[in-house]
Amino acid sequence: MTYLGIIITFIFINNFILVKFLGLCPFIGVSKNSESAIGMGLSVTFVTATASVICYLSYYMLLVPLKLEYLRTMVFILIIATLVQLIEMVIKKVSPALYKALGIYLPLITTNCAVLGISIINIDESYNLLESFIAGISAGLGFTLAIILMSNIREKLSITPVRKWFKDVPITFISAGLMAMSFMAFDNNLLINLGLTA
Amino acid sequence: MIVFYSFIILLLIGSILGFFLSVAEKKLKISKDSKLIELENAMPGANCGICGFAGCVSYAEAIFNGKAKIGQCAPGGQKVADKCSSIMGLNQEKIQKLKAVVFCNSDLNSTEKEYNYKGLNDCNSMYMLFKGSFSCKEGCLHLGSCINICPENAIFKDSNGRINVNEELCIGCGKCVNICPTHVIKLIPEQQKYYVKCNNHQKGIFVKKECKIGCIGCKICQIKYPDSGFVVNDNLASYSDKSTISENTKKAMENCPQNIIFQI
Repeated sequence: MTYLGIIITFIFINNFILVKFLGLCPFIGVSKNSESAIGMGLSVTFVTATASVICYLSYYMLLVPLKLEYLRTMVFILIIATLVQLIEMVIKKVSPALYKALGIYLPLITTNCAVLGISIINIDESYNLLESFIAGISAGLGFTLAIILMSNIREKLSITPVRKWFKDVPITFISAGLMAMSFMAFDNNLLINLGLTA
Repeated sequence: MIVFYSFIILLLIGSILGFFLSVAEKKLKISKDSKLIELENAMPGANCGICGFAGCVSYAEAIFNGKAKIGQCAPGGQKVADKCSSIMGLNQEKIQKLKAVVFCNSDLNSTEKEYNYKGLNDCNSMYMLFKGSFSCKEGCLHLGSCINICPENAIFKDSNGRINVNEELCIGCGKCVNICPTHVIKLIPEQQKYYVKCNNHQKGIFVKKECKIGCIGCKICQIKYPDSGFVVNDNLASYSDKSTISENTKKAMENCPQNIIFQI
């Protein structure tokens, strides 16, 4: 698959939230206003990109030589949690401004399944290092796209008259379902039509 | 055997990563000044943003760095200003505490309706349609955008649709002032006890057509009770003198033909 194909796959066809249903916790939790949604999306993008590289390296340099492929889930969780903590500390030290923008969301991502998901998908699809890095970035961008769309919808919903028993989370779930259905329109035919399949 | 092997490996990886993290924590530690911590604790923690900063913590940082003045914190008022100045070792003059007041006494029946509004439950979107559905274009629109934005839930609507501010809960942050499209909510000093509950600047004859209870600018309060503190400007009475509360102020309130002067 070409690089552009990977980007389109992870942003639209296999959008992490709306198609794969990974990382739904921050999707509902942090999408109340668009400002924090953008912050959350960018931090997830940053973490998925770094985590997919680190997990790729640790899988092929540590687990495969030791014949411990079956331990990958646990090892990935350990590595991702450590990585996020480390990133948080480094950002806090190096750039307080960036920490203010992204830092508060980092602890939320520590054990986010979207991050673990992209690392495992990279291995399953047997991507190489560059491909997994691109997959990580575009999965994060797909997450950002979905959460920004959702936050805009929720901002609109908050001033719309909604029945009392649908207010807040129920109406959010309904709109998320409708969004997911609209994203089902993107499938592999898109790649074939664009001529991006190998 | 496999279980034992993987147990050992995981234990090893986990302890290496843990050791690595603890070293990193020591190396990357940031020392915080004790004064800054004290300042952060002195803040009220409402994160209302009236000081012009993102929250209480960033305002404390700005004071610490000398970028902001002490006393911009409306919810904290004099208490927080005194605390901050004692922490920073500065002398601080008195600051004025403000509170929000709705300058309109109308309920849903006191003004004529020009059309039936069926749209978003938001004053600003109603204001876009001919400045609201009520005949008075400077009065309250009764949809309660101020109620929704108030961080302290100090604004409430009574059964007739009249909107009022609970003075005890109001922290003077001014968010309602900014969101109100007709500017009918204003901030007044906390020690001000009287105010004229109307915002209509038109001549009395037009006010009477639009609203049963608006200020008609008759000047009874100004002329009959000269030292009462009420002044009529632009056909609208306002209470200007805040320091003197004389007998006449009370009399002016009782004798207002529209009963539009209120005491807090």
